[in-house]
Amino acid sequence: MAVLPIKFTKTKRDKLAQVLWVLNWISVVTGIILFSLGIFLKVEINKRQDLMAESQLQSVPNMLIAVGLIACVINFLGGKICYDCVDTNKFLRWKLVMLPYIICTFFFTLSVLVGALMCYSMHGQLEEALTLGLRDAMRYYKDTDTPGRCFLKRTVDQLQIQFQCCGNEGYRDWFQIQWVSNRYLDMSQREVVDRLRSNVEGKYLMDGVPFSCCNVNSPRPCIQYQITNNSAHFNYDFHTEELNLWMKGCRQALRDYYTNIMHSVGLTVLIIWLFELSVLTGVRYLQTSLENVLRQGDPECESDGWLLENSFVETARSNFNIIKHLGKFNQINISSNGDPNIDKPPTAHYGPDNVPPKPLPMAS
Amino acid sequence: MVVGKMKLTFQKRVKLAQYLWMLSWFATLGGAVTFTLGCFLKTELRRRGEVMDNTDIHCVPNTLMIVGLASMGINYFASRICQDALDPGRFPRWKTFLKPFFGCSVFFTTLMLISVILSYAMKGSLETSLKIGLKNGIRFYKDTDTPGRCFQKQTIDRLQMEFQCCGNSNYRDWFEVQWISNRYLDFSSKEVKDRIKSNVDGRYLIDGVPFSCCNPSSPRPCIQYRITNNTAHYNYEHQTEELNLFIRGCREALVYYYMGLMNTIGAVVLSVFLLQCSVLASVRLLQTSMEAVAGQENVEVDSEGYLLEKGVKETFMEYVDPVLKLLWMNQVTPPEAKAEAGAS
Repeated sequence: MAVLPIKFTKTKRDKLAQVLWVLNWISVVTGIILFSLGIFLKVEINKRQDLMAESQLQSVPNMLIAVGLIACVINFLGGKICYDCVDTNKFLRWKLVMLPYIICTFFFTLSVLVGALMCYSMHGQLEEALTLGLRDAMRYYKDTDTPGRCFLKRTVDQLQIQFQCCGNEGYRDWFQIQWVSNRYLDMSQREVVDRLRSNVEGKYLMDGVPFSCCNVNSPRPCIQYQITNNSAHFNYDFHTEELNLWMKGCRQALRDYYTNIMHSVGLTVLIIWLFELSVLTGVRYLQTSLENVLRQGDPECESDGWLLENSFVETARSNFNIIKHLGKFNQINISSNGDPNIDKPPTAHYGPDNVPPKPLPMAS
Repeated sequence: MVVGKMKLTFQKRVKLAQYLWMLSWFATLGGAVTFTLGCFLKTELRRRGEVMDNTDIHCVPNTLMIVGLASMGINYFASRICQDALDPGRFPRWKTFLKPFFGCSVFFTTLMLISVILSYAMKGSLETSLKIGLKNGIRFYKDTDTPGRCFQKQTIDRLQMEFQCCGNSNYRDWFEVQWISNRYLDFSSKEVKDRIKSNVDGRYLIDGVPFSCCNPSSPRPCIQYRITNNTAHYNYEHQTEELNLFIRGCREALVYYYMGLMNTIGAVVLSVFLLQCSVLASVRLLQTSMEAVAGQENVEVDSEGYLLEKGVKETFMEYVDPVLKLLWMNQVTPPEAKAEAGAS
């Protein structure tokens, strides 16, 4: 009992082949789209590489790039096959290739699905990478004279300006690290020396933030030093002041940004997966209907197309048996000593009546 | 005295019509591109409209948009004309249409050339407009509580950060303006009172700049107050310090940005102009050569085509006279008639 059989007339078959040809070319375009989405994602992650700790994040765009390239190749081949399928003679050329092609494409669509799901599941890795990366970036903010870290200050400043955020979770993160380099601290001043002594590790900590934390929308000039000291500034209450600095933390800002990108990319990949699946279904119908035409011998007749010849369970069982016996073609069947004629019932033909002769009487 | 005479065989006429049809579709595309570029330029100018004093510069994108639309129409009709040109039955219906068509086309093509010239020539006007606009912006920076000016601070801050510039000509412009509102000045403090007293107009001027002038590429935390005071900061000399604040003035930055845009647009529109000129000249040639064989039995003979039947000046007067007559009709009787009436 076939799975989802459909009857195909000759014109229907031809139309199906033509439609599939067009769809395969559209799929080549979607393969290119997948490839460019992978490149876009890779570029976006590399742009902020300084702010992310080492992680497996690169696997997602790499997967999309690989899948996009394979999609182009597979669908190009599929387009060629469908173009030839209109003519039954040309179909004979592809007859043996079609089934392996369909199986390969089926596994390929599975990998597209895996790619889409990876986009949605990157959440946890992303959060961890951002937390560690931002913490280190803020710690090395002052090290503009250390090779390898000299551009971290600029990166962090530009990040805070562009994403309108301050610090890791909030602006208070800047109070806990020394972000002013010792090169610019006057060690002869009493205030500086006192501050350094009062800290256990000898760090110069203050309740100030870099200028990039300043909120552009604030009605008053930015207050970036002595933030918690209400008496240092006129008409200022730091508990109620919300517009002075950016309130959002950069980890949350970056996480939201990347999550949006990943979700959009994942959705696009899912849609492309559904499209590929439908094209694959069409190709399978075309293949089975053309094979039935060949079986019946008449190229103009109607034929059945189906997804699977027998039901799901039977096909699975027969495939499983094939795989089991694949490994056994070298082995000998020891039950009959390798002789294929033992245990075979007699099939001799005894003349027109097929009456076996009477056994001759034995001489006593 | 005929201008641009050319002999055209039948085969040449056919080929000309075919190539011209393709070319006019390309020229239509060029017209669409011109229109889009005009829209884009207008959007960009409006985005920074708050720091511009007047809208004189908007004549460039407006002209581009008009010319783009007109060019699309002209080239569409050109393609229809050359489609019908080879069919002697259909060609005569275009007869009355052709003279105004050529008049309009030449007018709009000249307008295209003028817009290209304008895009280079309006630099001075743009610079003046920006100078006044930025000066006002910096002056009203502190007025975040005055309706109509409450977003000046935001605009100037965003502008300085995006274009990496500070002040009008340079950062010293901020020293001459009170950019801290009186709402945030403690008038009971001695320092504030002294500073206000020492200024003729009673303004609170400081040698400091807003935070948006700070350069993120600087290796040290930003110094935005007491900039000229070397002793106020450790290991700091303000004459040699170049990385602390943005050195460029916002006027220069904006002029550079807009001139870059307009130069690119000017180059593209110039190539569209050349394409359109060639389309119009070819349509004229095709039309005159087809008219020479009109009404004949055998249309496959050779014929002559020309660009202008009379000289340039005579043709120009021929087109302009009807327009002038229309204008004269609305006026009072000409002076000679008045003198005659007076004499009699």
